[in-house]
Amino acid sequence: MKEKISFTINDKPVTLEVEGDRELLWVLRTELGLTGTKYGCGEGVCGACTVLVDNEAIQSCQVRIRDVAGSKVTTIEGLEKDGNLHPLQKAFVDHDALQCGFCTPGMIMKAHSILTENPNAKKEEIVNAMDGNLCRCGAHPRIIDAIVDAAKILKKG
Amino acid sequence: MKQEHKCDFMNLPASKNMNNDRRDFLKKMGLIGGGIIIYCTIGNTGRSIAQPGFGSTPDFNAFLRIGIDERVTCFIGKVDMGQGTITSFPQLVAEELDVAYDRVDMVMGDTDTCPWDIGTGGSMSIRIVGVQVRSAAAEAKGVLKLLAAEYLKCPVERLKTKDGVVFDTKKSDSKVTYGTLAKGNIIEKHLETKPSVTSPDSFEFIGKPYFHQDAHKKVTGMAQYAGDIRLPDMLYAGILRPPVHGALLKSADLTEAKKIEGVQVIEDDNFIAVLHEAPDIARMALSMIKAEFDLPSTSLNDKNIYEHLVKTPVQPQIKEKKGDIEEGVKLAKELFEETYLSAYVAHAPMETHTSLATIENGKVTIWASTQSPFAIQRTVAEGMKLPADKVRVITPFVGGAFGGKLTMVTDSNLEALEAARLAQLTGRPVQVSFSRAEEFFYDTFRPAAIVKIKSGIDGSGKIVFWNNDVYMAGDGGTEVIYDIPHQMVNIYGTWMMPPPGAHPFRVGPWRAPGVPNNIHAKEMQISLMAAKAGVDPLEFRLRHLKDEKMIGVLKAAAKKFGYKPAKPVSGRGIGISCGIDVDTYVAHIGEIEVDKKTGEIRVKRVVCVYDMGLCINPQGTKIQMEGACIMSMGYALSEGIRFSDGAILDKNFDTYRIPGFSWVPKIETVILKKDNDPPHGAGEPAVIGMGALIATGLFDATGARLFEMPMTPERVRAALNKV
Ligand code: FES
Ligand code: FES
Repeated sequence: MKEKISFTINDKPVTLEVEGDRELLWVLRTELGLTGTKYGCGEGVCGACTVLVDNEAIQSCQVRIRDVAGSKVTTIEGLEKDGNLHPLQKAFVDHDALQCGFCTPGMIMKAHSILTENPNAKKEEIVNAMDGNLCRCGAHPRIIDAIVDAAKILKKG
Repeated sequence: MKQEHKCDFMNLPASKNMNNDRRDFLKKMGLIGGGIIIYCTIGNTGRSIAQPGFGSTPDFNAFLRIGIDERVTCFIGKVDMGQGTITSFPQLVAEELDVAYDRVDMVMGDTDTCPWDIGTGGSMSIRIVGVQVRSAAAEAKGVLKLLAAEYLKCPVERLKTKDGVVFDTKKSDSKVTYGTLAKGNIIEKHLETKPSVTSPDSFEFIGKPYFHQDAHKKVTGMAQYAGDIRLPDMLYAGILRPPVHGALLKSADLTEAKKIEGVQVIEDDNFIAVLHEAPDIARMALSMIKAEFDLPSTSLNDKNIYEHLVKTPVQPQIKEKKGDIEEGVKLAKELFEETYLSAYVAHAPMETHTSLATIENGKVTIWASTQSPFAIQRTVAEGMKLPADKVRVITPFVGGAFGGKLTMVTDSNLEALEAARLAQLTGRPVQVSFSRAEEFFYDTFRPAAIVKIKSGIDGSGKIVFWNNDVYMAGDGGTEVIYDIPHQMVNIYGTWMMPPPGAHPFRVGPWRAPGVPNNIHAKEMQISLMAAKAGVDPLEFRLRHLKDEKMIGVLKAAAKKFGYKPAKPVSGRGIGISCGIDVDTYVAHIGEIEVDKKTGEIRVKRVVCVYDMGLCINPQGTKIQMEGACIMSMGYALSEGIRFSDGAILDKNFDTYRIPGFSWVPKIETVILKKDNDPPHGAGEPAVIGMGALIATGLFDATGARLFEMPMTPERVRAALNKV
């Protein structure tokens, strides 16, 4: 049964008429054309589909679209502002923190939420908090360095 | 130029239409803008193994176009699936053609515009095609000078190039840009004498660190992978799959699935697909099909498989034979006889296999996540009974592959033909994208392997014989690098050509095929002998080595590590390994820690050293080395496909554990400077030594002798109990 569901996507209000129990991941990718959010496992065990709902990282393959009604959803496409990369995006570029890049959007969104929650997160804390995001190419050390670096820049404002 | 690489592929007769192919190709290039086209052929273009009549197989394998817009485009059939060749190829072009790096565009893996290619694997992109591209660029510069001589009416000897401009050294205002020379129609040129390439002391681009040039697209979500490409009216397919390998469909009740609004069900013999405009709804409908299958009984599982593999009849191939093993045995004072096992390992790229197919005016276009666009072109053309030029395969961004998307013998992109067939049956574009469970089910696993080694040392601690039997892994990494008078190496079945009935499912190439299995066994055996001889394991290796390159990488690793010799077992947990892969010499030295209660191993530090000849992009290589070391902790410690009676029991990352952030050790890499040697492979060699590093590290830490990979906590505990 289709329902009307309204929420904010990357700072813009949107109302969709969709089956309410569809997963957010697929609604983002098909209805909204936001394909930066990736499918990696569909079971909440890889983090490729990570987006922010009200600034908190969630795995969009595990959330029904109905449940984000009224929320603020941010995807990787929503981080760049006025043509400027978000400090996390910039740090990923500067640290060459990617190879195939398939895990990258999920990594950045997860890191975003870690740093929002705790701007002073230490390296070990970041490592532990990132553990659920998988990267098969082995970009891990660079991803951590990028996040640590971005944390410093974000703190400076 | 002589190519000194191994070509491990089959050799079929070449087709005779070379010139036609070339003309066709250039005609196509004319359609996309003209300019100066430079094509080149060096060594074996691989065309001898392209099926005649399938795909464009011109007698050149790389080419460049210089456009009137001053941009240089390099077309190659290879793909970049994250290994970064899209970043390093332009370095070669910029260097030899004398243009700015950012004026070079790459077009890769498009069967309509790129020359035929065998598939991207074996770290061949740079070491083979890179050499060709470099020389094409050097030749292009020569051609441009010839054209400029005419244009500027000045003898060619007086001309020089700088940054996309040819100028007269005697008259500085007499100059012309490459783009101006390219104006007009296609100019097809070939030089009589090949110009030489830039010498290392004048390198401006080669050997300098370049970061991923596609990073911006990747961090903004703009990079489009096959699954991200959307076409008007497209449908997403869910396909009914058997529950186990070898199962046959008996019946399927589609009633419930058909009730879902907007669903289209296709039945074509035993092939049943559910399509919908939303992929998740297609999947949901698929799950409502009640299907019954006839199940085979194989009784094979991940425990009894080794027994089965050793017994599978196969004619062995002799890989090495020197001296006389019986003589060697007589000389030995201590004998060692061990059997090493390694499990089936999944490629598990983060992006599952995905293809999107559309058919317009009788031509099929497929966007595929693949290492082998030309193999897909061929499979689809054959499968749909179309001529090859009616099938175009485009390779967008690829989210990792590691050999799992490379068609060698087994078709590794089943989904491409499925998408094409469904596009034909529905009359709409169709995407087929594997679920993670399908990805595990249809993966062409790295085959399980058994490596048996008998060896012996004499009273002075010298290795006197080496008798090595390899089952299913193939000969990768089996060369006896140590100086041993009596040796014999036999290969029973390879990863590429396993004997019939050996494996209960498909297997194929996995990053450095077979080499990690062999190096694991060989290097552990060496460390066991060193311990018996009471000699430090590094010293023991050096004593038995003659090859200066191998000595070089080991010594460099020891230096970086700060290695201090000690009598084994030292209790320090230091692991060591060395070997050769894709002509690159590689050494690993590292430190591990083991929790004796839980049996858990932690890798604390890894030093990895390459002697890879000329390194085009040290930054890209370093990243590949780090990534390979991390990925390889998986096959060493946790990854082994569990299966039973044809069912793949690991269906997702909850049970199939791959290395995560908390596993990552401190990794230090060293690339020896060898600018005057040809470039060798970069992406694979760092994979080969990690199993051995950890096994020898565990032995050095505790004396535990563990011969089976993955080295799970359970197995570690069992090995510790025997110490
Ligand atoms: S796709 Fe959602 S966690 Fe993997
Ligand atoms: S960069 Fe390829 S999976 Fe992370």
